[in-house]
Amino acid sequence: MVTLGERAGRRAGPAGAKRTPSVLLKYVMAVSGAIMLLYLIAHMIGNLKIFFGAESIDKYAHWLRTIGEPALPEETLLWIIRVVLALALVAHIASAVILTRRAHKARPVKYAYRPPVKGSYAARTMRWGGVIVFLFVVYHLLDLTTGTLNPHGVQGEVHANVVADFAPGRWYVTLFYALAVIAVGFHVRHGLWSGLQTFGRSSAATQHTLQAVALVVAVVLVVGFLSVPFAVLTGLVA
Amino acid sequence: MTYTDFTIGAPIADTAAPEGPIETRWERRRFGVKLVNPANKRKMKIIVVGTGLAGGSAAASLAELGYQVSSFCYQDSPRRAHSIAAQGGINAAKNYRNDGDSVHRLFYDTVKGGDFRSRESNVHRLAEISLQIIDQCVAQGVPFAREYGGLLDNRSFGGAQVSRTFYAKGQTGQQLLLGAYQALERQIDAGGVTMYSRHEMLELIIVDGRARGIVARDLVTGETTSHLADAVVLASGGYGNVFYLSTNAKGCNVTAGWRAHRKGALFANPCYTQIHPTCIPVSGDHQSKLTLMSESLRNDGRVWVPQKGGDTRAPGDIPEAERDYFLERQYPAFGNLVPRDIASRAAKNVCDAGRGVGPTGLGVYLDFADAIARLGRPAVAAKYGNLFQMYQRITGEDPYSVPMRIFPAVHYTMGGLWVDYDLQSTIPGLFVVGEANFSDHGANRLGASALMQGLADGYFVLPNTIGDYLAGSRLTPVAHDAPAVVAAEADVAQRVETLLSIDGNRTVDSFHRELGHLMWDHCGMERTDAGLRKALDRIPELRHEFWSSVKVPGSAATLNQSLEKAGRVADFLELAELMCLDALHRTESCGGHFRAESQTDDGEAARDDDHFSYVAAWGYAGEGNAPVLHKEDLQFTYVHPSQRSYK
Amino acid sequence: MRLNLRIWRQDGPNDKGKLIGYRVDDADEDMSFLELLDVLNEKLILDGDEPVAFDHDCREGICGACSMVINGQPHGPQKATTTCQLHLRHFHDGETITIEPFRAGAFPVVRDLVVDRGAFDRIIASGGYISAPTGAAPDAHAVPVPKPQADRAFTAAACIGCGACVAACPNGSASLFLGAKITHLGELPQGQPERDSRVVRMVQAHDDEGFGGCTNTGECAVACPKEIPLDVISQLNRDYLHATTTRR
Repeated sequence: MVTLGERAGRRAGPAGAKRTPSVLLKYVMAVSGAIMLLYLIAHMIGNLKIFFGAESIDKYAHWLRTIGEPALPEETLLWIIRVVLALALVAHIASAVILTRRAHKARPVKYAYRPPVKGSYAARTMRWGGVIVFLFVVYHLLDLTTGTLNPHGVQGEVHANVVADFAPGRWYVTLFYALAVIAVGFHVRHGLWSGLQTFGRSSAATQHTLQAVALVVAVVLVVGFLSVPFAVLTGLVA
Repeated sequence: MTYTDFTIGAPIADTAAPEGPIETRWERRRFGVKLVNPANKRKMKIIVVGTGLAGGSAAASLAELGYQVSSFCYQDSPRRAHSIAAQGGINAAKNYRNDGDSVHRLFYDTVKGGDFRSRESNVHRLAEISLQIIDQCVAQGVPFAREYGGLLDNRSFGGAQVSRTFYAKGQTGQQLLLGAYQALERQIDAGGVTMYSRHEMLELIIVDGRARGIVARDLVTGETTSHLADAVVLASGGYGNVFYLSTNAKGCNVTAGWRAHRKGALFANPCYTQIHPTCIPVSGDHQSKLTLMSESLRNDGRVWVPQKGGDTRAPGDIPEAERDYFLERQYPAFGNLVPRDIASRAAKNVCDAGRGVGPTGLGVYLDFADAIARLGRPAVAAKYGNLFQMYQRITGEDPYSVPMRIFPAVHYTMGGLWVDYDLQSTIPGLFVVGEANFSDHGANRLGASALMQGLADGYFVLPNTIGDYLAGSRLTPVAHDAPAVVAAEADVAQRVETLLSIDGNRTVDSFHRELGHLMWDHCGMERTDAGLRKALDRIPELRHEFWSSVKVPGSAATLNQSLEKAGRVADFLELAELMCLDALHRTESCGGHFRAESQTDDGEAARDDDHFSYVAAWGYAGEGNAPVLHKEDLQFTYVHPSQRSYK
Repeated sequence: MRLNLRIWRQDGPNDKGKLIGYRVDDADEDMSFLELLDVLNEKLILDGDEPVAFDHDCREGICGACSMVINGQPHGPQKATTTCQLHLRHFHDGETITIEPFRAGAFPVVRDLVVDRGAFDRIIASGGYISAPTGAAPDAHAVPVPKPQADRAFTAAACIGCGACVAACPNGSASLFLGAKITHLGELPQGQPERDSRVVRMVQAHDDEGFGGCTNTGECAVACPKEIPLDVISQLNRDYLHATTTRR
């Protein structure tokens, strides 16, 4: 009989079956997150063209669709980006789901009493924050990519779509957008730092710097993305 | 018959020890031992009880040799054995400092430090092996302190005038133990060792006069099972917890050794206990253990008390001229670095004279003001930061600004089961290593020598000598239903059942506390004929009360920590009597054993070499019978016994 | 001082367990937390109850046996302090203190506050060592180790294997424990030959034991009584990446 304290030879733990190492899943999280973050930065910079007038941003949108023409058919690059992003998103969510389920299994009985934990708010809200961001992305695509949910909804007229979207009467849309962007900020704030840590880029000496870099990137993103709806709301862009 | 009687048995001799020049004895013994061929090793089973420095290193090394090893510890993991708490360091005669150290000097210092009550052969072997230990540990990845050039750093310890102590901050024991533990885990993974954690040995199984196994209780399920083997190794540590308050871990106990003693193993020098000078003073009745502050603190800390008794001023308000740096005054050559027994007694004397400090008057100052002024706070913090932190955590005082208060506490027991040069006890097939045996420290252990001895025994001595026994004995397999096995199991079951059935009105701890007080008062730092007799009167009464009124709740079939404690305290109650008897019969003072009747004019320990230059090895003669004293004469050919002087 | 305790009581691994309230009237602020439990247990025994089972041994903060969660924090509120060295002066008279076992699937409760942390031993057994059979070692000074590396190895090696990192981690991950051993052995020249295989095997063992993955929340490093820095996890990740991309 093997008792609790008895141990001889190599023995698989209670889980038995070999699982994909969590560290590997973290790499997937980090790489896919990095892809989406790079896209977000580009997206945010593109958005700022709205401050240079309707023509500027509409032309930019048109250019995006026609890169590589005539050698390549219309929207080739855009579709490549969309496929890569979709793959990254799927990988990101799949890893997150697996890791979350492991986390729940790793603590089957919760603490009866656990006061607010010490890690950052951003770290604690990664999972629900991620879900909110995902729902927002779905809405956002229907709103400003396909135009389905947009009051103006004309392909190519980016400026008009945006102005219609954030019209003062539709304050709830602006509010939802703002909350979602802030959620993205928190997600990036912890996600960027976490990704750097996952790739072993942090050390005792660089930890604080990396934390600060993550914070700066997150703040810049939030400010950049929020500048557009607030400009519309305040009439700066009309 | 009073229990203070004892009978003198036949003298005992260490027949395994080789003769001839001391430098080559170990080499010749290694050549002399019979060897077991590798194919046979795989068929031989060895039980190792305890996973500290000695037990962990022994189990790992024996498995590396190919033996089938079963390793037992009462803790939940072998990594928690109390060796882990050793702070200061480990000695080795590397002479990396070019300060005149050598194997012979370490040998000399250790024999002298032990107050000429240890075996020259053993100590010399220890000094030789010290060199290999450091090499072995470095190879395992023990992160010893290093200098900027990348080489190992050393510091000084009590009783030595050279720097030969290797250390890893204040956690040397931890790092050495983790090295042994990792080697052990490697062997567990490879299948060479079967590990039984949360198992406690409760009986030794003897078949045809040889140790052939143990009965162990699974502390989680409560099941008692016998485990059989070709040889049994006890590495079960010391018995300092007989004093209740000590620097030992709460679980440290004498049960494994005492059970073996009851089955015929001689118990040597039980009265030799080490009182460590630098511990945090007791703060109240609730106190459950004492915390040591590493001896290394005496490298830079200065010990003092006010010159006048009853001086209640804050330490900072007492001017230099009104302080008595009593160690520096009494022992100018060694100053604050005198051996532990001497420092402890000096502290006791100033407190007895009413000059102690702190709320209880049982404390002296250990002051770092000079060191901080000389080296700067950062340098002091780098050396002792973790110790200062620990002190502050426990006392709530900041040692950077207020001197520490320290007082001696029971720390180590030099006595233990008698073993020969091969580390074999008087029961064939029963080997004893580390603190559990009596061998190398004589009447007083020098700082940083315990780690050295534990690892020497486990890594290098036992794996070489145990083969001689195994190769030379024709051992037939023992059946699990052999009468001796069944009887041992029944004894254990009976004892457990009795403890649970008494259902009296006193807790185990209350007995343990009372025993501890008794031992501290009468068999502690200073022993007198009258005090020892008083203790010897009271201990049997206390034991009787224990067996008639102890209350052990719960059942035997679950994790039952009260039951575990009860068994251990029951054995302490028997051991305590033997300790007092040993202390009473040894009317000289030596090392940690200070008889008030035997001191020099200036209060130092006065040995009586004419009458007591022997190891007192006690035999068990059955319940209620007077124990039998076997004497092993000690010969000193290389270090001539002298009055120890550190002045 | 008077303290109200809510303590997790559970008879065995299969018992459901619950929090039960106790009162200790004669606590003293110089007591350690475990001495408080000693006092309570003495009372319980004399009252005919069973005492609270809890792991403890050295009571000086180094063996790693004590393992309870006090008011939601492993080892309680004081930074860099194990339960055995936590003193009651950090609580106030009349306070209610909740005491639970370390919670993790990989640390099943044995009884009351006692959990089975054998998973840690099995992780070490899977590769947390340097293979150096007794007797085979070269002279200790044969390979100098630069002080910064030796110091970092020591900092990581200070881990006492208590499991507070797991108890604190929202994911029930043992990455800090794992990273500490990887960093300790990986910093030393003696640890290089097995560096790649070690990290791969230990990561596998960690996951097989049912510990969760790290999400870099940093809770572990805050709870660690030995202040093992979070960057050991970064080191673990880096070593794993190196081992899996350059091996063979």
